[in-house]
Amino acid sequence: MQRIGVFVCHCGSNIAATVDVKKVVEMAALEPGVVHAEDYQYMCSEAGQAKIAEAIHEKKLTGIVVCSCSPRMHEATFRKAAERAGINPYMVEIANIREHCSWIHKDMEEATKKAVILARAAIAKVNLNTPLQAGESLVTKRALVIGGGIAGIQTALDIADAGYEVDIVEKTPSIGGRMSQLDKTFPTLDCSACILTPKMVDAAAHEKITIYTYSEVDKVTGFVGDFTVDIRKKARSVDATKCTGCGVCQEKCPSKKSLSEFNRGLNTRSAIYTPFAQAIPNVPVIDRDACLKFKTGKCGLCEKVCQAGAIDYTQQDEIVTQKYGAIVVATGFDTIKLDKYDEYAYNQSKDVITSLELERIMNAAGPTKGHLERLSDGKAPKEMVFIQCVGSRCSDDRGKSYCSKICCMYTAKHAMLIRDKYPDVNVTVFYIDVRTPGKNFDEFYRRAVEEYGVNYIKGQVGKVAPLANGKLLVQASDLIDNKQIKKEADMVVLATAIEPDPSVRKIATMLTASIDTNNFLTEAHPKLRPVESPTAGVFLSGVCQGPKDIPETVAQAGAAAVKAIGLLAKDKLMTNPCTAKADELLCNGCSTCANVCPYGAITYEVKLINDHGIREERRVATVNNALCQGCGACTVACPSGAMDLQGFSNRQILAEVDAICR
Amino acid sequence: MSIENKEFRPKIVAFCCNWCSYAGADLAGSSRLAYPADVKIIRVPCSCRVNPMFILRAFQKGADGVIICGCHPGDCHYSTGNYYARRRMTLLFSMLDYIGIENGRTRVEWVSAAEGVKFSTTMNEFVEKIHSLGENVRLEDLRCKN
Amino acid sequence: MNKATSQAEKIKEISGVNPLKCMKCGKCSATCPSFDEMDIKPHQFVSYVVNEDIEALTNSKSLWKCLSCFACVERCPRDVKPAKLIDAARQIVVRQKDQDYLSPNEIPELLDPELPQQLLVSAFRRYRR
Repeated sequence: MQRIGVFVCHCGSNIAATVDVKKVVEMAALEPGVVHAEDYQYMCSEAGQAKIAEAIHEKKLTGIVVCSCSPRMHEATFRKAAERAGINPYMVEIANIREHCSWIHKDMEEATKKAVILARAAIAKVNLNTPLQAGESLVTKRALVIGGGIAGIQTALDIADAGYEVDIVEKTPSIGGRMSQLDKTFPTLDCSACILTPKMVDAAAHEKITIYTYSEVDKVTGFVGDFTVDIRKKARSVDATKCTGCGVCQEKCPSKKSLSEFNRGLNTRSAIYTPFAQAIPNVPVIDRDACLKFKTGKCGLCEKVCQAGAIDYTQQDEIVTQKYGAIVVATGFDTIKLDKYDEYAYNQSKDVITSLELERIMNAAGPTKGHLERLSDGKAPKEMVFIQCVGSRCSDDRGKSYCSKICCMYTAKHAMLIRDKYPDVNVTVFYIDVRTPGKNFDEFYRRAVEEYGVNYIKGQVGKVAPLANGKLLVQASDLIDNKQIKKEADMVVLATAIEPDPSVRKIATMLTASIDTNNFLTEAHPKLRPVESPTAGVFLSGVCQGPKDIPETVAQAGAAAVKAIGLLAKDKLMTNPCTAKADELLCNGCSTCANVCPYGAITYEVKLINDHGIREERRVATVNNALCQGCGACTVACPSGAMDLQGFSNRQILAEVDAICR
Repeated sequence: MSIENKEFRPKIVAFCCNWCSYAGADLAGSSRLAYPADVKIIRVPCSCRVNPMFILRAFQKGADGVIICGCHPGDCHYSTGNYYARRRMTLLFSMLDYIGIENGRTRVEWVSAAEGVKFSTTMNEFVEKIHSLGENVRLEDLRCKN
Repeated sequence: MNKATSQAEKIKEISGVNPLKCMKCGKCSATCPSFDEMDIKPHQFVSYVVNEDIEALTNSKSLWKCLSCFACVERCPRDVKPAKLIDAARQIVVRQKDQDYLSPNEIPELLDPELPQQLLVSAFRRYRR
């Protein structure tokens, strides 16, 4: 028989306001096995933990039930406290009477009743708990970073600087990401390429960093400390070891009609291409859908002009299999599709552009060589209109419910840069709210208004209509003057909402990392563990976790790197002791459990079994504790009931069911 | 056993997987999204840990409804656990329906860690459904009544 | 519950709109084709309902200037639907004397050449069962 201590936490008033904790103590004390019950203001505090230790010593407790917040919050805390006081940490169970009780119920009587039942269930379970020992598993000292934008580059550099091997997997032909597409960065207006390219070069030159561009993650197996990942290196059709990056192939390529992804489809590129001049690696890829050689079999011009003989039309996709201890997701973002926003005429007029397209237009290496001009007729605009919150803060299905966070700042940046470079251009910004929290951010926005004369009007634009004279009619409201504005503009720029890169869904599924309704990866705790995924060994860097600007992304990238380093620095990890275990006397060796195990943790061996005096050789299942993750699939599949899960045994769960239904 | 016409308070057991649904229930709690106190949650590592035996026992001991919550298909922490749960429960529920435990009393729902709202609405709906079905009388072991 | 509150509740009930969802972006007023004719502008309807200033709303010219084109409903990013609020406010006016239903044989009597067309249309939209 266990000697159980029950500890009921007030959690200040979080629990005590709706649950009568004294009553819970009183009722719990009546349960079988309970020899001690008390309540305290904050069980998780040092004093609270000391109370547990004291009771363990005085009452010779063998099991602990803490009625408090979610076990996801403080289970580890109480287990450690129990361990320090000399009992096995797995003899502790938590009854969640905060998240699952006091916070959702208002009626005190009802909440107290429920809390008592939850406590009973936990007590019933502890009565059947057995001490468990955590095993150990080795850590592979290598990290994988998925995504080669500024987030991925920064994380990789930080991990590599700490002395660990890092691989970056980037799906496009070059690292650099969205930041490489930007012209200037707020609030300092320094050139994006000038601060990014040195980092790209650093990453490429770092002896600990391996970069796989034009590659994707194909398959992930394993678990924290010991992931095995298949990386698909898509066929580049160019031998990277021979290519000198001279660029002659791109000049000579006759197929030049593909839209440039890098320039957001505003101009074209050749079929053999590098996305931009500073691409790393500076090795082109052949777009097989556009290449004449692949389409018709005729051409082969690039092969002829390549002095280095680097062109290889026969190249195939290659799978690289590598082991990693930690994985950092840095998949970044894209702008949303504007198909559902007909009122802004994005698909009807070339002069209605997104802000990211404007970045390319303003960039000296962009489609217009940095000249601000209308894409329809090449004329310089005189009236420019910026529309904020396009697709952001929409509760309907057309857009995103969240604020994209970066638009207010980059719109102020664009407006300022245009007024600075082209003082004769009038710039009007239509906004709902200007949100500029951040160091020197609001000052930046105010400078756009006060020093650069950008006209900010509070009111959303309702409609943009192309006119016969080539201009655009912008119909908006001015909520301060309470009037409707009809304005002819030469160009309209839409501050388009950002969303996680669509590739993240597949990656999240492979990593079994959870994702929210907006496809942002979920963090382990929104405040206290913001760069970790709930899946152990997976870390989050950059916009894949939520909208961020560059400084925040870099900060988070560093934080994710530190978390990954913290993991890689360990030689061994304690494994979850709640693993499956087969009862050799009951096992009939049918292999059903091995077939359902997702980790291949179950093997069979022929053993000499002493079954109540009958000695015979039998084929029985054994579980590899290092591989078993404790899902319990095998326990249900087992037809003879031989397989059970330690820590969540059949008897324990049945006892909980009984306690709840009593 | 009382025969006077008391307000029916169903007993509902919810099995929640540790990684998604239990966290979703926690989120419902921290967002103060109310659902009836009749729902009591049992934490299991994965929805595939739920043995049909547990559900039978719950009904035997007088439960009026049992709901199993797991990660969305494809998002299982253990890759495939929820698929097993889905198949097992489809089979079990059809059998339970055959012996008179209506399909409305049993349910499998996918709730992610971010879906506090969904958890709360699911539980509200489920409790309402159980209310409309009334007390469960099948499979109950009368010796368990007190 | 005072009259203004009950009328505001009635408007919310008829329209099915939660005016608290409004984030005051003004897209409704930006879209509205009869904006200039209105004394209370579309984005203001929402705050009139929130502030329970229903009398001003029912007395306003805007009620009969709204074309029920539903452009604001279509484009509202927050699903607030100002035109539905106006529609409901019209019902409040029409339903004075607590008449909640029109019977078909009363309609010819009620028809008045002076009556704005949109009232008729929205009345039918509302009264169909």
